[in-house]
Amino acid sequence: MKIAIASGKGGTGKTTVAVNFALAIGNAQLFDCDVEEPNCNLFLGVDLEKQEDVTISVPEIDAEKCSLCGSCAEFCRYNAIAKLPQRVMIFPKLCHGCGGCQIVCPENAISEIKRPIGIIEKGVDLGSGISLFQGTLAIGEPMATPVIRQLQAHINENRVAVVDSPPGTACPVIATVSDMDYCVLVTEPTPFGLNDLILAVEVVRQLEVPFGVIINRHGSGDDRVEEYCNSEDIPILMKIPYDREMAVLYSEGIPFVQRMPQWEKNFRALYREICSMSSNTSSGESCSEMSI
Amino acid sequence: MKICVTTKGSDLNATVDPHFGRCNNFLVVDSGTMDFESIGNNQGSASGGAGVQAAQQVIGKGINVLITGSVGPNAFSLLESEGIEMKIFSGGSVKEAIEAYNSGSLESIAAPNSPGKSRR
Repeated sequence: MKIAIASGKGGTGKTTVAVNFALAIGNAQLFDCDVEEPNCNLFLGVDLEKQEDVTISVPEIDAEKCSLCGSCAEFCRYNAIAKLPQRVMIFPKLCHGCGGCQIVCPENAISEIKRPIGIIEKGVDLGSGISLFQGTLAIGEPMATPVIRQLQAHINENRVAVVDSPPGTACPVIATVSDMDYCVLVTEPTPFGLNDLILAVEVVRQLEVPFGVIINRHGSGDDRVEEYCNSEDIPILMKIPYDREMAVLYSEGIPFVQRMPQWEKNFRALYREICSMSSNTSSGESCSEMSI
Repeated sequence: MKICVTTKGSDLNATVDPHFGRCNNFLVVDSGTMDFESIGNNQGSASGGAGVQAAQQVIGKGINVLITGSVGPNAFSLLESEGIEMKIFSGGSVKEAIEAYNSGSLESIAAPNSPGKSRR
């Protein structure tokens, strides 16, 4: 069972929901796919150990063999290769690592070299049994998606995976959510929250991932998010109140389920509800595995 | 001398476009005869690497000088490596830009002066 926690707008509470949800389920895998600024571990504080580098393949051109035909530059839709009168220049940060240039080169002059762009780390929270996997994109690197894909390769299909998504609706979100069994969209009851929720709904509908909404800081804004969800037949899975105690715990880096037992129950009930709505065939099985 | 000017239009009276990679048009002008060729920038709306394409395109035309508003880092490295002189001009026509170049009053672009867009 793979559940993504996403949102259109940033700062709505994705990480709060992901961490509390994973803790309430227990023995889950938690993936921090917000690789441009991973922050789940602020709330878990586990010791992370590096698992591997993330690399992408970029072309290297053998100037001896190159006949300056320009096929590679013409092929590259990301404009990562420029053919000049005397030589060919490569712009590694524009390269998406598709390998097409190597295939179209008639002189066999192109080979691939691995360029590191980020790392994958892992740590275990002994109290809850959560395995946290964190991807970190190196500073200055533009492409998050290879890090996200490699991070998700660590998903163990026999365990529950809670996947904290980056915000927005662009490539990193699509890479995070595409392969999920269910997507929780976290929003807030504000005009910005609603606007970006509508965009996120369009994306998950395109991806054909079943989804529902959590309204965070409920009571702080207006009813338009609820009216929208009702009119679109989108299930509102949970409302997390705009609550001082939660805010204080958050400011201290403490997941609120650890101090507010009712919310542990609420998140478990949420998990059961998601299992019943998800089309994943193994979901029933995974749900029953939830101990305690 | 072949001078490339980035423009919003397609003749010598057209306004200079301050962007290099994402300009509408390139006007390649022979500064001796004022004969010109207009080349459309087909990468003006590329998601990334527009400057690389633009530089490749005008370098292929054998230009000696580029007159524009700003050049990003990728395009700059290509143009510089080909020894192309880069000059700043804004707020006038292509003709005025060439005249200003001929009078020696244009400032050089010595380093990338636009952030470019090497990300999606």
